[in-house]
Amino acid sequence: MRHRGLASIGIVAVCVAALQLACKTGLVKHTIIIAPTEMAASLWQILLGGAFTHAILLTLTNILLSAAISIVAGFGLGVVIHAVAFLRRGIEPYLASYYAVPTFIFYPVFIVLFGVGSAPIIAITVLLAIVAMITATLTGLDRIPGVLNKTATVLRLSPVKRALRVQLPAASPYLFAGARLSVAYSFIGVIASEFILSGDGLGYAIAYAYNNFDNRTMYGLMLLIIIVVTAVNASFDALDRRLQARRRR
Amino acid sequence: MRAVLSKLLPPLTMAAVFLVGWQLLHGLATSDEISSPLETLALLVRMMDTVRFWQDVAETGLAFVWALLLSMAFGILLGVVLGLSRPTGDAVEPILVAFYSLPKVTLYPLVLLAFGLGMSAKVAFGVMHGLVPITLLTRNAISQLKPVYLRSAQVMRLGRTQVALKIVLPAIFPELVAGTRIGFSLSLLGVLIGEMFASKRGLGFAAVSAMGLGDIKTILAIGVFLAAFAVAANSGMLMLERSLRHRSAAR
Repeated sequence: MRHRGLASIGIVAVCVAALQLACKTGLVKHTIIIAPTEMAASLWQILLGGAFTHAILLTLTNILLSAAISIVAGFGLGVVIHAVAFLRRGIEPYLASYYAVPTFIFYPVFIVLFGVGSAPIIAITVLLAIVAMITATLTGLDRIPGVLNKTATVLRLSPVKRALRVQLPAASPYLFAGARLSVAYSFIGVIASEFILSGDGLGYAIAYAYNNFDNRTMYGLMLLIIIVVTAVNASFDALDRRLQARRRR
Repeated sequence: MRAVLSKLLPPLTMAAVFLVGWQLLHGLATSDEISSPLETLALLVRMMDTVRFWQDVAETGLAFVWALLLSMAFGILLGVVLGLSRPTGDAVEPILVAFYSLPKVTLYPLVLLAFGLGMSAKVAFGVMHGLVPITLLTRNAISQLKPVYLRSAQVMRLGRTQVALKIVLPAIFPELVAGTRIGFSLSLLGVLIGEMFASKRGLGFAAVSAMGLGDIKTILAIGVFLAAFAVAANSGMLMLERSLRHRSAAR
């Protein structure tokens, strides 16, 4: 496992080194990409300078809120849809095609509904992220082995106990995968909305730097997002592995 | 007849509930900005009568077809390479997964600086969205291939290309259709987002210029057109996928 992680890091390191070399020798123009060391230096200044602290915090808060709403509401809706057969047969065909629809197009509609600011961004992000959680909840509840439900009946568990002690743990791998996707979609939704039509946040800061030919700030901020997303991803990976190890015991 | 009816009734009810909700939203909105479903449809029909609309569709369609073809070609190639060599696959996959969950809009300025404005930037952006899921699904399908296939290939002393073309690709065909379906939606999304920033033509540009004018009605009409296209294409491929899986399961 460790070995595998090292190989991935090695590949990334080689790519970064190659980019550094290409930039320093002038193979890649400075107006296109700046050297990785410069990106890191710029990021360091951004973090110390404090001019972007507000934007960074705003974006992270929006992501956190969107992910939390999507996971909780997606789970709740998933349970309801799973319980009502008519609802399920009605909604499932649409769920299968849901991610084919470019939701972003409807962003201005949300501005009309929710006004400017964080609310429309969170609304459209939840719209993007919640469906992954609903689908995962449905799959998770479907895949609970029948024997577990039967055992719960034999033990005469109350519905609450059955849900908490049997069904929830049995469905948890799928729920975890769904939550993970929801977090990834929350990042994408918030930053993309800020980029397209907002006046604040990290996405806007990058678009603004791009429009002003401020490559240094732009690449520093990009690096920040890449690092945050990779770190979140890696911690989910680690958590996933620990959960799986526990389950195998 | 009854079976068909009982199968269609729930989805149709949901669609009706959705339309009623939309109509209510139209009624509740303080301003007249959100058009009702009927008004949107009427506007879409009017737009479909103009040359400009079909020029936009053709522009977006061309970029999309290129993006999808390139995503599929490179995605399947990369997926087969990663799938046939376990250590390489294990090392590269985490990087691809990290890239997949990255908001790719962030990298948009980089694409623009590298490709310039216009068609190639849009296509590149579509490929950035579509390539990774196709690669990951292809690799996954190969790793779940029955070992006997690859062993038989070894016994027959097939070369690498032959293994890929004669054994692996036919065996994972249903999964390739699934990968294409997901790559399809993501490439379309990528191309549209690309057009929103870097184009003077195409549906994405039409939507973003309507955004600038605060013309919600046009946005709704374009959105409905795109949603209808995406859902129809996706459902078609889903049906194809199911019948292929059925057939390969029956074999």
